[in-house]
Amino acid sequence: MLFDPQIFLEQLVNPAYLWGAFLSVGVAVFSLLIATVIGFFLALGRTSKKLFLVAPSHAYVWFFRALPALLVLLIMWNALPQLLPALRSDWYTPFLAASIGLGLVEAAFMAEIIRSALSSVDEGQALAGRALGLKPASVMIKVVLPQAIRTALPPTGNEFIGLIKYSSLASVISLRELLTTAQVGVNITFRYAEYYTVAIIYYLVIVTIITVVQSRVERKFLWTSKSVKRVDRTSRTSLNQLEEQK
Amino acid sequence: MSLDKPVAPDRSENESTPTLQVKNLHKAYNGNEVLKGVEFAINRGQVKAILGPSGSGKSTMLRLMALLEPADDGAVFLDGLQIGTSNSKGKTIHHSEGKLAVERRDIGMVFQRFNLFPHLSALDNVALALISVQSIKRSDARETAFRLLERVGLADRASHFPSELSGGQQQRVAIARALVLKPHVMLFDEPTSALDPELVGEVLEVMEDLAASGMTMIVVTHETRFARRVANEVTLFDSGVIVEQAEPNEFFENPQHERTKRFLSHVH
Repeated sequence: MLFDPQIFLEQLVNPAYLWGAFLSVGVAVFSLLIATVIGFFLALGRTSKKLFLVAPSHAYVWFFRALPALLVLLIMWNALPQLLPALRSDWYTPFLAASIGLGLVEAAFMAEIIRSALSSVDEGQALAGRALGLKPASVMIKVVLPQAIRTALPPTGNEFIGLIKYSSLASVISLRELLTTAQVGVNITFRYAEYYTVAIIYYLVIVTIITVVQSRVERKFLWTSKSVKRVDRTSRTSLNQLEEQK
Repeated sequence: MSLDKPVAPDRSENESTPTLQVKNLHKAYNGNEVLKGVEFAINRGQVKAILGPSGSGKSTMLRLMALLEPADDGAVFLDGLQIGTSNSKGKTIHHSEGKLAVERRDIGMVFQRFNLFPHLSALDNVALALISVQSIKRSDARETAFRLLERVGLADRASHFPSELSGGQQQRVAIARALVLKPHVMLFDEPTSALDPELVGEVLEVMEDLAASGMTMIVVTHETRFARRVANEVTLFDSGVIVEQAEPNEFFENPQHERTKRFLSHVH
């Protein structure tokens, strides 16, 4: 049985794959969002001086770093609805369960990325912000976070790509994401090479897009007047007007 | 460079009330006493220079005055009002970080290493406090910030980011940033110590203009020539105490204390 380009091309444009890819990216996006929010507070907790904040953050990271993501997904989909009747309703979909499950696991890893990004910001920055009379939240949002994000971006991009691939685990809770779509096709036709090659193409395209978007975003964090010209033209013009006024 | 308008806002306090005063200031780090009961006061429009060897506690006093660190004992007064702490039933209460933030707005601080925000242009570094502290509209804040950059001679660098500025330019932006909320007093923590020698002059020039405009200034420095020319009074710090305080000519020509003579023989 040779590689049949006809079957390959048919499957390449099959909407089922596109939908599968969409679900994979969707799970990755939602779980990264959940992980970033939880991870941010875990990072704050771990760097805190108060034991009642430090201890739970450490416990969380310890717990979720130890468990296989697959086990967490099985618990999210099978065990939790048994314990909590509220989760037996229609709104609790495999997509939601997978996003939350992967998000909870990923948060343990994002916590470390965010913690090291926050600690990479020079101490003089927060000091200068405080000296200006900024309140603690403003110091964090206006001064520290923008600088921490720059440090956190490259490893977060890696984590995002990792999550795209982890989303294939959600096949065990009957989410028809990208890889499951290929596997279902294979089970019917036994055309392994053609169906798996389509999956390869889709994964490559997704990761390529992520890489391009990531480098675009990173360019916004160059912090030079040249990069501003492109990104923020309006502020430049108002500045030029000011310069002309004097 | 034009500093024609006085920067210090008009205040109608009693002339005898010091603008900034510390009483019996104590501070220790890990049992190592850095400040041992310092008394210091500055009146409106005065410029005071503080000299002293490194580790003498002079920078620590500035940080405590700026309410960036709590004192172990003693109190800070701005225009006669106690800030940073309150006394209630014989106990000292340290103010919360939120309350301290409000109190710090009347005190401008310039750091040795500039500490400009690298993610903001020179203009936005200066405008930030107006926007996030005073909730002033971004365009208005930028206009005010632009005028301050003009004052420090950097109007043509407004859209530049800190990484694109020389050390001297960065420190001038930092001075403009510290001035933006119209502080009652400006604190300078060795503002030229991190600069290449040829860039020191432009920063001192801005500070001199600022002093001439009537700003109340406390300057921790190693620049004895600046202290002699600009300050109303020079103070020597050593081992957490004030050794000598005198007007510049007296301080440099006729020091009373052996420690001052020794210090001056090293810096001259």
